[in-house]
Amino acid sequence: MTTSAPASAPRKRRALQIPTRLDRRYLPVLGTFVVLALMLIVGGTRYENFLTPAVISNLFINNAHLIVLAVGMTFVILTGGIDLSVGSVLALSTVVTAALLQAGWPVAVVIPLAVLAGTVIGLAHGVMIHYFQVQPFVATLAGMFFARGLCFLIAPESIAIDNASFVSLASWVQIFGEWRMTSSVLIALIVVGLGFLVLHFTRFGRTVYAIGGGEQSALLMGLPVARTKVLAYVVSGTCAGLGGLLFAMFSRSGYSLTGVAMELDAIAAVVIGGTLLTGGTGFVLGSVLGVLVLGLIQTIITFEGTLSSWWTKIVIGVLLLIFVALQRILTLRRT
Amino acid sequence: MTHQTAPPVVEMTGISVEFPPVKALDGVDFSLRPGEIHALMGENGAGKSTLIKALTGIHTPTAGTIRVDGVERRFTGPADARAHGVSTVYQEVNLCENLTVAENIMLGAEPRLLGGLNWRAMRRQAAVHLERMGLRIDPGSSLGSHSLAVQQLVAICRATVGDCKVLILDEPTSSLDTDEVAHLFTVMRALRDDGVAILFVSHFLDQVYEVSDRMTVLRNGALVGEFVTADLPAAKLVQHMIGRSMEVLEAAEEVAEQAERPAGATPLLQVVGLGRKGSVQPFDLDLYEGEVVGLAGLLGSGRTELARLLTGADRADVGQARVAGKATRLRTPRAAMGHGIAYTSEDRKGEGVVDGLTVRENIVLALQAERGWMRPLPRKQVDELVAKYIEQLGIRPANPEALLRNLSGGNQQKVVLARWLATAPKLLVLDEPTRGIDVGAKAEIQKLVAELAADGMSVVFISAELEEVLRISHRIAVMRDRRKVAEIDGGGATMDQVVDLIAGGGAA
Repeated sequence: MTTSAPASAPRKRRALQIPTRLDRRYLPVLGTFVVLALMLIVGGTRYENFLTPAVISNLFINNAHLIVLAVGMTFVILTGGIDLSVGSVLALSTVVTAALLQAGWPVAVVIPLAVLAGTVIGLAHGVMIHYFQVQPFVATLAGMFFARGLCFLIAPESIAIDNASFVSLASWVQIFGEWRMTSSVLIALIVVGLGFLVLHFTRFGRTVYAIGGGEQSALLMGLPVARTKVLAYVVSGTCAGLGGLLFAMFSRSGYSLTGVAMELDAIAAVVIGGTLLTGGTGFVLGSVLGVLVLGLIQTIITFEGTLSSWWTKIVIGVLLLIFVALQRILTLRRT
Repeated sequence: MTHQTAPPVVEMTGISVEFPPVKALDGVDFSLRPGEIHALMGENGAGKSTLIKALTGIHTPTAGTIRVDGVERRFTGPADARAHGVSTVYQEVNLCENLTVAENIMLGAEPRLLGGLNWRAMRRQAAVHLERMGLRIDPGSSLGSHSLAVQQLVAICRATVGDCKVLILDEPTSSLDTDEVAHLFTVMRALRDDGVAILFVSHFLDQVYEVSDRMTVLRNGALVGEFVTADLPAAKLVQHMIGRSMEVLEAAEEVAEQAERPAGATPLLQVVGLGRKGSVQPFDLDLYEGEVVGLAGLLGSGRTELARLLTGADRADVGQARVAGKATRLRTPRAAMGHGIAYTSEDRKGEGVVDGLTVRENIVLALQAERGWMRPLPRKQVDELVAKYIEQLGIRPANPEALLRNLSGGNQQKVVLARWLATAPKLLVLDEPTRGIDVGAKAEIQKLVAELAADGMSVVFISAELEEVLRISHRIAVMRDRRKVAEIDGGGATMDQVVDLIAGGGAA
């Protein structure tokens, strides 16, 4: 029997060996990485000024909010759920930020409140989904309409942000040679790092994976399923709130119609990043790669010049199909 | 047995559990001592699972006391029970395949470092636990990449992390092969010698005799008695379990002895060179009226695949079939039904019963399908038919309106049988009709098969249990590696003879 077979890897390992071995678990992420590399190479050979620090820096600056959304979405999708509200919650957060600043509230109060708005909505989702057994799709769909409606209630028109300290925070830039990093990119990278640490080095994170692998099993293993599931939606809601803040910094305004269908971009990024929609498999770093792939498609189409920007959607659609088919093949081979 | 005198670690007295109106357990006493393997025996529905669930807090007893280590307790659930040293490993492995082996063992009691998980320590500790189980696998590999047997052992590993005084193993061997079972038993003995009390539930009598020290027998929710395994002969145990002697079994044997085929008869179904690529190699088979043909072979030898070709469940790509001398093609189960061929699948849950329908609806399903939806069966006729089969096959509960999912495995099987008998088939193909059902129901089904054959029906009988095949078959077709390798006379065949054929003439 298998037990007496020689162990598969008797080599001595040192320190952290999570990503050092090539496991099939990393194959989808690796696939995303290859696609990203190919796009960079193709772009670099086709257009001058493509592979420049300015373009790459802009890729991060333009997509910082989406990276944060994708990190939160990864938590939820890993548990086998979905969060359709993040686009609306992002808009709500921008509107809350702009409206409160307009009313003269101090930045130090406005920022936590904007993020907290997302947290509260996330908590409501979690409670509905776990304790009232509502389908995640339906619960977060309700949250999506609710948050969008709330935006219009607060401010139907776009509100420009001219608060001096907020603007200075938003325009903070660190320059390394030709590379630029804004405050929103820094925040997004910190969120990615935190997401990675939480998922891989806390019991909460491992329970997120366990729930995706089998909720019943996780329950019988004595893991805190209820708390973890609710918390996953809290994480996603908080990320959406923070994403809204970043978007407000990026656009210097709050508008109730921002981020329409942005939840679908986030989901697409997570899936292209190799996370299975059924839950249990995937990585936060994959989702970041997914966002970069989406952003790069946009960049390439801009560089192409003659193409309509709707080509972005077509390419994303085709890529999604390919990735989902690849994942299907991988999971089929495993069983 | 060295701990014979030690005070019991679990002592349950006068336990009753009710699911009104049913009394699932009625005043049962049960005690478990440290350092023993204690088998809990009984037919399906005797109350074994209920007793375990009462102990681990899934069911709340309506009467009685539970003492663990001398302290009276009512656990609130498996997690609470585990915290007090009572761990359960279920028949289906309840772990997460997407996590690593180390996580599956350690999560919940994982070593920490600066408030986070300490992966290195976690792997190291998991490796120690694995070593104790005699498992040499990489703790960093994902659980899903290992066989079911290894996963089962990992589940036991998890159960024994921390302070484990009582280990409950509910049917741990049902999906393991012989070597794997032997390995499991070694592990169980080692744990026993460490002073762990093991409660073992299994349908396999020989395994129970091999590994257990004592046993408690339940019947119909009541305690029959507690016995020392070595002092209780198997025949006696079976009597205790089913509450009647073995004469039913013997009756079946007698019926099988009779039945002579008239010389020169036309076979009811004759297949020549029937086969399907990737499924079964071409084979010939003649099936006569009044005859039981047994199919013997290991799991995966092509038994089921052969049956599926005979009954149109799979389409053959080569070969011919003749029904009563007339060439035909058995392309779909419906076509086969038209020729009076009925098939009960080995997958009772997935391809047999419709568990959300009632006994009545399940029984008339095939007959109604044959008539078509335009001509519904008159209700009176349905009621008569259903009453007849409930009576004839002894289906319990004898309530036509009971939902199938509330019946035990044996009774579900009887309902499936009744469904096909209602269509008055000429040929009945039974794939593992006795799997996973208790001894009593098994004997009843065997007896029924013999009677049906005596009444002129042709039966193909598939079972993993050779003994059973030998007992009731007139002829035995032996399968190996997806080929029919031999056909022998059932009357004179011995177990050794068939085993040799299955193993490849002793060459394997």
